[in-house]
Parts: sequence; C-alpha cells; structure tokens
Amino acid sequence: MSTAAAPAPPAGEPGAPGDALSVQNVDVAYTVRGKRRGVLHDVSFRVARGESYGLVGESGCGKSTMALAVVRYLARNGSVTKGGITVDGRDVLAMSGAELRKLRANTVAMVYQEPGRALNPSIRVGRQVAERFEVSGMARAQAVDRSLEMLQKVRIADPASVMNRYPHQLSGGMLQRVVIAIALAAQPSLLILDEPTTALDATVEAEVLDLIVALREELSTSLLFISHNLGVVSRMCDRVGVLYAGELVEEGPAQAVFHDPRHPYTVGLLRCIPRRDTLKARRALDTIPGSLPEPGASPAGCIFADRCGLAEHRCRVEAPPLYTAGSHHRSRCHLHERAQLLPRATPAEAASTAERTGSDGTLIRATSVSKTFRVAGQAIHGLTDVSFELRSGETLGLVGESGSGKTTLARVLLGLTAPDPGAQITLAGAALPESADKRTRDQRKAVQIVFQNPDSALNRRHSVRRLISRSLSRLGGYRGQALLERLSTLIKEVRLSDRHLDMRPVQLSGGLKQRVAIARAFAGDPQVVVCDEPTSALDVSVQAAILNLLTDLQRREQVSYVFISHDLGVVRYLADRIAVLYLGRLMEVGSAERVFSGPHHPYTEALLSAVPTLDQADRERIRLEGEIPSAAHPPSGCVFHTRCPRRLGPICDEIEPPLAEREPGHTIRCHIPIEELSSLQLGPQDAGVAPARG
Amino acid sequence: MSIADIPVESAGALRADRREARREVLRELVRRPLFIVGSLIIVFWIICALFPSLIATQDPYAQNLLNINQPPSSAHRFGTDSLGRDMFSRVIYGARDILVIAPLATLLGTVLGTALGLVMGYLRGITDDVTSRFVEAFLALPVVVTSLIVITALGPSSLTLIVVIGVLFAPLIARTVRAAVLQERSLEYVAAARLRDERAPYIMFVEILPNVMAPVMVEFTVRLGYAIFAVATLSYLGFGLQPPSPNWGLEVSQNFVQVTAGFWWEVLFDALAIASVVIAVNLVSDSVERVLEQ
Repeated sequence: MSTAAAPAPPAGEPGAPGDALSVQNVDVAYTVRGKRRGVLHDVSFRVARGESYGLVGESGCGKSTMALAVVRYLARNGSVTKGGITVDGRDVLAMSGAELRKLRANTVAMVYQEPGRALNPSIRVGRQVAERFEVSGMARAQAVDRSLEMLQKVRIADPASVMNRYPHQLSGGMLQRVVIAIALAAQPSLLILDEPTTALDATVEAEVLDLIVALREELSTSLLFISHNLGVVSRMCDRVGVLYAGELVEEGPAQAVFHDPRHPYTVGLLRCIPRRDTLKARRALDTIPGSLPEPGASPAGCIFADRCGLAEHRCRVEAPPLYTAGSHHRSRCHLHERAQLLPRATPAEAASTAERTGSDGTLIRATSVSKTFRVAGQAIHGLTDVSFELRSGETLGLVGESGSGKTTLARVLLGLTAPDPGAQITLAGAALPESADKRTRDQRKAVQIVFQNPDSALNRRHSVRRLISRSLSRLGGYRGQALLERLSTLIKEVRLSDRHLDMRPVQLSGGLKQRVAIARAFAGDPQVVVCDEPTSALDVSVQAAILNLLTDLQRREQVSYVFISHDLGVVRYLADRIAVLYLGRLMEVGSAERVFSGPHHPYTEALLSAVPTLDQADRERIRLEGEIPSAAHPPSGCVFHTRCPRRLGPICDEIEPPLAEREPGHTIRCHIPIEELSSLQLGPQDAGVAPARG
Repeated sequence: MSIADIPVESAGALRADRREARREVLRELVRRPLFIVGSLIIVFWIICALFPSLIATQDPYAQNLLNINQPPSSAHRFGTDSLGRDMFSRVIYGARDILVIAPLATLLGTVLGTALGLVMGYLRGITDDVTSRFVEAFLALPVVVTSLIVITALGPSSLTLIVVIGVLFAPLIARTVRAAVLQERSLEYVAAARLRDERAPYIMFVEILPNVMAPVMVEFTVRLGYAIFAVATLSYLGFGLQPPSPNWGLEVSQNFVQVTAGFWWEVLFDALAIASVVIAVNLVSDSVERVLEQ
C-alpha cells in the first residue's frame, strides 16, 4: 500500500569522508588449476552514508564477486590482488579474523537471492532471528522480544506465529522478509542485497522492494544493490555502476545512466529490453553481438571493443580511462560523447510481421479444461474450467504468478498431463486426444514446446546433431540425404553453425542451448509451439536475440505461439492476445493492447503495477496484500477477492463472477462494470495518456 | 570489421569439451591417494590372476611331503602347507578364481539390476509396485545362505556361482538405479522424447541410461567388493571350487585346523589376500563415488 518514496538526493562528491563503503582500484582473481584468472579489474566506487548504490550487469560480469569481496567472503581460490576496500572508514583487507567477524556481525549485512537457502531448514524461524540478537550479547528473553519487533518491522502480519514456524512453512516472500529482518537486526551501516527479489513473483517482489525502501529511510542504512534487472535498480538506487567483464564501464546517477547512457554497453543493454512502445510488429529488439570475453582476458584496448559497433582503431589499442561524461557521470569509453549513436546490431525492420497471411481461423479450441491433482488425498485445483482459443499465426501470451496454472495448461495442450474428464481440445476442428501417446503423428508434430530450462530439456549426453536429427526423423519423417539437408537449413534458421553440431549441451552457453531447443521444436514443421518461459533463464541481451528469433520464425513458418512468461515486458512485446490466469482460472482474455492499456481486471492491474520498469512514470502503485491462496482450498466467490484492491463487498466473497465479454474480443471475470473499471483505472494514473476508448 | 561479421554468440562462452570432461574425472581420481593405493593392489592381483607364473616361485600343486608345515623362510616366503606345497605360490595362483568369478557375477548383477531399475523407474505405476515387492522380497534373502541352497541343489561350478550371486545382487542395484531414474524421468528431455513419439525402450536405454551411468558405475564397484567376499565365503564353506585348486577361501577352511597346531602362516596369508582385495575395491569405489557424484 505504501507509495514509493522519492529517492534520497544523490550523495555527495565521491571521496567524501565517512563513506559507508569505498572500493578503490580493486582487482580480484580466482586461481583455477594453478592459473590465475582475473574477474574484476580496477573497480572503484563509493557508497556514501545513507546512499543506495546499484551494481548492474549481465551474469559473469563480476557483480556477486564484488559483493563477496566487500566482506572478504570470496571462495577459497579467490583473492583481492590489488586495491583497497574500506567499510565505514576501516580497511577490510587488513582485518584479522576476529575483526572480520565483528565487521560481519555489526557493520555489514548481506541478503542473497535464495531466501530458502539462507535459513536453516530445521530450526524455527524465531530462533534464527533471536540468534542474531544473541550474537551481540543480548539475553535470550530480550532477544525474543526484539525478534518480534523486528519481524513486525518487516511487515509480517502475525509475527508470533511466524516465529514458531519452520522455513519450509513460509512462502518465498515471507522468507525474504525474515532474512531481511535478520540482516537488519544489528542495524548495519551497509546492507548488501545480491539479487534479493530475482526468485520472487512480480507482486511479491514489489512488496519486498517497497519494504526495503521504507526500512532504508527508517534505519538510514546504506545499500549496495546488485541486480541484473535494470528496472529494479532504477527504482531502488540513487547511483548506479555498470559492470562489464569485471570492469566498471559506466557510473553515475541512476537517472543519468538509464536515460542518458554514455557507454555503448549500457546503450546496448537498454535497447535489449522490450519497452512499452516496442512491439514485435513495429521493430525487432536490438541485441549485443558476440559474447562476454573469457575471464582473465586482458585486451590491449577497451574490453568491450570486440562487441561495439562504434569501435575505432584507437579503442583496440588504447584502454580508455574513466572519462567524465556529465556531473557525477563517468564512462570508460573513448567515444562517450557519441555512445548513443551506437548502430543497431540487429536491423530494426520487422514491420511485415503484422501482416498475417492466410485465414485467421481458430487453430486450437480448448473448452472447460480443468485439472485436479491429488496430493496426499487432497484435491489441488490446478486448472478450473479454462476455455480459450488460439488462432493460426497468432501469439497468445499466458501470464500469471507462479502456481497460477500456466505450465499445467501448457502440459495439457501438449498431452503430457491428462485434464479432468469433460475437457475438450480440438486442433483445426479435429478432437485432440488427451495423451500425446494417443495422438497421431501429424497431431503430435503440430504441437511442440520450448521448455524453460534447456539444461533439463536437452539430454546432456547427446550431441546437438543427435538432438536435432532425432526430431527431424521422428517428427519430420526425414531420412538420409534429405535429413542432412534439412538439418543444415534448420540450424542456420536458428543461427547455429556447423561447428556446434558435435557439441554437447554442456559446451554451449544458455542462449545457444535454447536455440537448439527451438530448432528441435521446429523440426516437424509445427503449427503451435508452446514457449514456457523460454528466456527467463537468460540475460537480457541473449533474451533479445531469442525473442527476435522466435518472431522471425513465426513470420516465416506461420506458426502460432502460446507464450508463457512472468515477464510482462516480454509478453507485451511478443503477444497478440493475452490470457491472465490466477489460481487456475482465467481472469481476463483479450488483445494485448486492450489488456495492457485497460480497462483491465484488478488482478491484471496489480500485476502491471508491480513490475518496475525503466520508463514508468511515478504513478500510484497498487499492491497486493497477502499470499496467493492455496489451490487446495481456493477462496469462495471470486478467487481473487482475498487480495483484490478493488473488492466491492460481499458479492465478491460469495458469487463467482462469470468470464464475460465486456468489449468485443475482451473478456473479464469481475463484478465491477467495465465503465467503472475504466474510470477507476484511468483516473489518477496515466493522467497524460488519453483514454484508449470510451 | 562490421557488426554483421560477429556471430550471434561466439565461441567465447564454450566450455571444455567432452574428452576434457572425462580427462577431468580421471585427473580428479588420480589426485586421490586412496584411489591410487586401491588401484595398485587390484592391478597387482589382476596380474597374479592373468600371469601367476610370473610372480609365483614354485608350482602351487607340487607336493613335498618331506617339507610340510614349514614356517616362512627365504625358500618359502609364506611357508608350506600340510602337503608341503609352497604357500606363496598358492596364494598367487589363488587370485584367479575370485578375480574371475566375482567381477563376472557383479557384471551380471549390474546389467540385470540396471535393466530392472530402468523399467521400474520409467514405467512406474503397477509395474513398479509389483516389481518393487518382488525386489524387496529378494532383498530379504541373505546372499550366502541362498547361494548355499542353490549350489547344493545344482552342484558347485563357476557358472552357478556367477549366476547365483549376480541374480541376488540385481535387486539391490535395481533399487539404486530406480531412484536415479525417477529423478531423470522428471526432466523435460523425457517429455520432449514422448512428444516425438519415442517408444519406452528407446527412452529408457538411449535417453535415460547414459544419464544414470554414474550411479551404475558406483554400484558396480561397491558390489564388486561384496561379491569377492561372497565368493570367498562360499569357498570357505566348501561350496566353491573343489580342492586341490588353490583358492583363498578354500585354503583358509582347509588349513584352519592347522592354526591350532601353531601353523598360522597357512591361513594368515590367504586371509590377508582376501582382505586386501576387498579393501582395495572399496577404496576405489569410494573414490569413484566421490568424484562422480560430487
């Protein structure tokens, strides 16, 4: 419910005395099999007292290594080989073991990505919080009182009962609150947050971020906030440092870095992110060509030169210093003044996507699909009466929080999970048997999938050649020479090359693995490809390339996508129509434009409002209170009423609203009339945006 | 160089290739002193089993009744037995029986057990339920006692020993493999295989089997230790090969009475030989387990 506070004014000049954290010219290296590999090179930054500093960059850039180096918690084979780190004015690198322990106990606290792994699974939560107080010499009883207080402070509704529970009995969001409570118990002067919300759902993430903002003001703690998510960092941080391949390539106030970037890497990174105004129909996403250099590589010139479209001869021979590019804004680029002129790595022209050829006939029609799982004698309602249709050549985006039934629905479509009796699914008018084993070869090859995690989806013992050829022969019916030819064109279509064919998945990067999975899905010329979070495990620059590839393939092969994602930005970019699921029920179905611009279902509204984006103007945020109810005991009436910010009254608790068509092609499951939704939602926010329709 | 020349994702992100990975496992193993010790002992006994004449100093069958029950000396390093045969040579020649029967029995058990485990883990449902009960029933049978009964019925021979021990080991291995298969089965490559209409045997043996080889290898080495022990025990009880062939278990039982007369060397060295092989195999299997399952 809290509105985001305006960020504190930018901190003073770098070099101000009494910085919470100061990192000067730090090099960190890991020794791997006798060889020393540098992972951080000449990194300098400061976090002033009370300031929130963000470190961003893609995986492998050294963000987490930096966080660990600050508290001297590097793995045994890692060490700070050069430079200095001071926390609260004290030299961390010179500390003895006892001093270091004191530093970690009283001055610096860390919160990691996986809250479940930060807590001991066999000790009650209360004990673990109290322990934190006892470390600083508090008596047991007093520690318990303080724990209660602390849990209240992190907005845990019923702290006394939470203290008596074990970690596995709490949801991810609750656990992260507990971890934050423990971290803040000693009132540290510096709090290091390493991807604290990456494992959480968007609505929960929003709450946790709100909490961090509020607590930071209350406790005047400095933050070092590490994330790959630029939207989150832009919301949370006063100043930002961009790490690339172990070097700090750009640094400055968050506003400046994100809206006036001065390093080509930052420019490229920002262009990879699907924005509100980029749609696949209008333009392809830009990408960053090439990949991260091997750790330890130290080119003579700029470390980014190989991937930079602006690079000149000078960039390859002379390492750029940190240039001043504006007030408090620095960039490690010779051409920082021209950084934004970076040419596109991917041609923008994609406009022809929109013109779908052929009829807009219904390809898949699913009617009253329900799925009840039986777990320990309890009925878990995974899906309840879901009906929808998929037209040929379109992309249907499926969104919802984890546990909303997105993946179950995908598995039902594929024939991997049998729905409850009564469901009916047709493909091009013909009934589609429930189980993949009972489908004809044509039906089976018509519906294929790209799984979320290529590590799980690709057999790690098989070569790329085998993985793709097997699908070509089983689904496509190719043999002999024809198979070889098709294999060679298919891998070109997904932009793999011949030398990848004899590799195994472990030898490929995440993006390449996903390309293999995509090639496999397209081996039998499918009509429908289900994409189950295909880019959620990838970095944004790789994600952009995969999204472009999917768009490209769709245009060429006239295939329909069911695109599952928790990332609304990605869905907005790719989807023609969107279906919103909550607790296994469809809450809203409509064209992407209408679902995003509103009026929309209050749940959709909350989802949209939860996502921190780069181009979000300060608008009123809607927060969902509480947890997603258990699917074993879904709430009565409208299943969303327990968390709904726009609940009308008893009618919502008692009567389930129908999924009714409120506008042509736009159905919403809500008691609130659409006119009212429209005025509620378009009122205070988006004031500048003209109402889409009356 | 223009942007278009740069591949979408260059080879920079590629990791060591597969041969490298295998070499890495070997390197990890060689780095463990216990693995080296175990392997050296096993290699020694394998050489004994293959070329006993290279190491043995005398004919293991040559009796010398003038020279019976001699304590270890320079002429007879491990002394002589009650028929005056050279104990050292008999111990060396004795390696063959155990080192042929035990590995073959283990191999048979591993093959049967792996196949059974794959079927149980992959098909699950009623097949798994029924097979699992049979497996559990088999697990209740003590290996040595059951072998005794079967050998009594069929008569002792190397083949009977191999089959009996192999069949009795199969359920144990099946259980481990089944657990590994259950984990693999939930991975999406299995779903992907079903979506392209692969038959169950293909999925089990071509898709899943290569991914559960690590536990299978570990099971093999662990079971090998037990098999050696079982073979030695059965020989000791007189159900293995018959005299006069030199065989550690048999020798121990034959010469056991001599210990009371103070002729300890007629038993000790055979016993040590059994112990050394079992311990060596366990050292190796421990290392393999650590390296493969880390």
